[in-house]
Amino acid sequence: MASLPGAVAHATTRSPKKPLRWRDLLTPWLWVGLAMFFVLVFLIYPVLNTIWYSLFSFDSSSFVGLKNYFQIFTSPQLLLVLRNNVLWLILATAGTVLLGLITAVLVDRVKIESAAKAAIFIPMAISFVGASVIWLFMYAYAPKGAPQIGLLNAILARFGAGPVAWIQQTSINNFALMVIYIWMWTGFCMVILSAALKSVPSDVLEAARVDGASEVQVFFRIITPMISPTIAVVVTTMLINVLKIFDIIYVMTGGNFNTNVVALAYYQEYFNFSENGIADALAVVLLIAVVPIMVVNLKRFRAQEAVR
Amino acid sequence: MSTPSSSASESPLPTLPATVPSQLEGESAAKRIAKEAGSPRERLTRLTSNGIVTAIVVLIAAIWSIPTLGLFISSFRPPAAIHDSGWWSGLLPPWHFTIQNYQHVLQAQGIGHAFLNSLIIAIPGTILPVMVAAFAAYAFAWMKFPGRDWIFLAIVALQVVPIQLTLIPILQIYTGVGITGSYLAIWLAHTAFGLPFAVYLLRNFFGALPSDLMESARIDGAGHVRIFFGLLLPLSVPSLAALVIFQFMWVWNDLLVALIFVGGGPNAPLTVTIAGLVNSFGTNYEVLTAAAFISMALPLVIFFSLQRYFVRGILAGSVKG
Repeated sequence: MASLPGAVAHATTRSPKKPLRWRDLLTPWLWVGLAMFFVLVFLIYPVLNTIWYSLFSFDSSSFVGLKNYFQIFTSPQLLLVLRNNVLWLILATAGTVLLGLITAVLVDRVKIESAAKAAIFIPMAISFVGASVIWLFMYAYAPKGAPQIGLLNAILARFGAGPVAWIQQTSINNFALMVIYIWMWTGFCMVILSAALKSVPSDVLEAARVDGASEVQVFFRIITPMISPTIAVVVTTMLINVLKIFDIIYVMTGGNFNTNVVALAYYQEYFNFSENGIADALAVVLLIAVVPIMVVNLKRFRAQEAVR
Repeated sequence: MSTPSSSASESPLPTLPATVPSQLEGESAAKRIAKEAGSPRERLTRLTSNGIVTAIVVLIAAIWSIPTLGLFISSFRPPAAIHDSGWWSGLLPPWHFTIQNYQHVLQAQGIGHAFLNSLIIAIPGTILPVMVAAFAAYAFAWMKFPGRDWIFLAIVALQVVPIQLTLIPILQIYTGVGITGSYLAIWLAHTAFGLPFAVYLLRNFFGALPSDLMESARIDGAGHVRIFFGLLLPLSVPSLAALVIFQFMWVWNDLLVALIFVGGGPNAPLTVTIAGLVNSFGTNYEVLTAAAFISMALPLVIFFSLQRYFVRGILAGSVKG
């Protein structure tokens, strides 16, 4: 900027150069053209195509109306898939955001903040596939009496408790899989919430403490309201993320033992069962689920733009 | 002014505080001084409560590190030991550490080849979307054209559309054109999937640059191409770096897109290969440990060396929500 000392002086004068009008009109489209091509061909056309063919039979040959949707909402297997996704949406989102908030508040008060943050944040850099392999070693199961090479079952054995088949036992396996997700994404929530925490002016907090507010009161009455916009951002990010959860379940169970979710069921319906119509309808269910988030996002975006 | 509505004072990350770049850097000096003030008794209670908080934080950090540590140690243990005892017993003497698992997977299991595939997929899969997005973001930030705001709004909306909706139609296009399973297929797919977020992010970064600067460059006779390459890109290096790292990690760690567009064939990246190993070698841990760690090596190196940019990208990305 220092190399352009005349910047301020020139700022309000209009450019004297007046190129040809058609060039002015065309130039922006050259710059956005390639991006528009990708968006149209790889995003907008496919989305419309999928919505349309969700109304067609398994081989996309005959129009069946909403039959695929009825099937999704009546087949016990697919209802289970929907139930699992709802469980994931509630528990995995709550888990990451709450743990992220707690750790953000805690690390803010200690001297080893950056080291602790790095330790919690590292799993973010790992793929879901890598994380799943890591957790195979946490959840490994051997029959009672045999040496347990999984850490959790080894700890249980030390206390005389029987080994638990974390991944196969249908009463707990969904939660075991969510733990992997929470382990990976808590760091993400923590980093963002921690940035928001640091923006809360410390004199406000000090003033409250001087007035006799307890730490708990300070947290719930002052900090939480002040960072609530950021909490909303983190929650919506997690919801979108969790909604599309695929990799962990694909690697750990392949959707077996009652752990299937929409994104994996979609994949199986298309590639394993050649049920194109059902697969398309499942994808549209995902789309319908993100529409409220999309509306909120656009509102927030327009509010931001209005400030500009 | 002939430039659009973007103003110089607007932060590119409206929901985030100004401390973004120094994220992992500990508390401010002012805060620390404030904490150390107070009567001796208050200070004592604070010290004890600080001690408890520190202990809790250390415990959490330890719990978070143990799973990765377990895999790392396991990957250096002989196969028989992995199957007979937990990885923690490998920490006690006598130590038997070996690199034979790594040698085995690199040679026999094709992990070396998959690593190369991951690179071949991830490098263009990062450069292409960032380039295409940067051109578009420049136009959205600094040019005026009919429909500009509506098109941009559509791109903002597309950020949250699940990619599942696009996979089958794209696959059908690819089959029609005959590029299914090729590198080109997955490069183009990642370019498209990365675009909405990249355009959004870069447009906000570019738009936050001072408009006076653009104006005076234009008065000096610089065209769009010269402004873009000579002024805008050099000024945006930190933002571009954050986006590049973010996109690279995303492509490198992706399973679904690779599974659908290249499958398990000769072009399969690490994620697909390892997921295949889990399914076929369910209990063959020695293969899995080394393979998984090889797949994590590059992201971990990037994380530790470019942590600041990575965090910046994530903070910027949170607006995506």
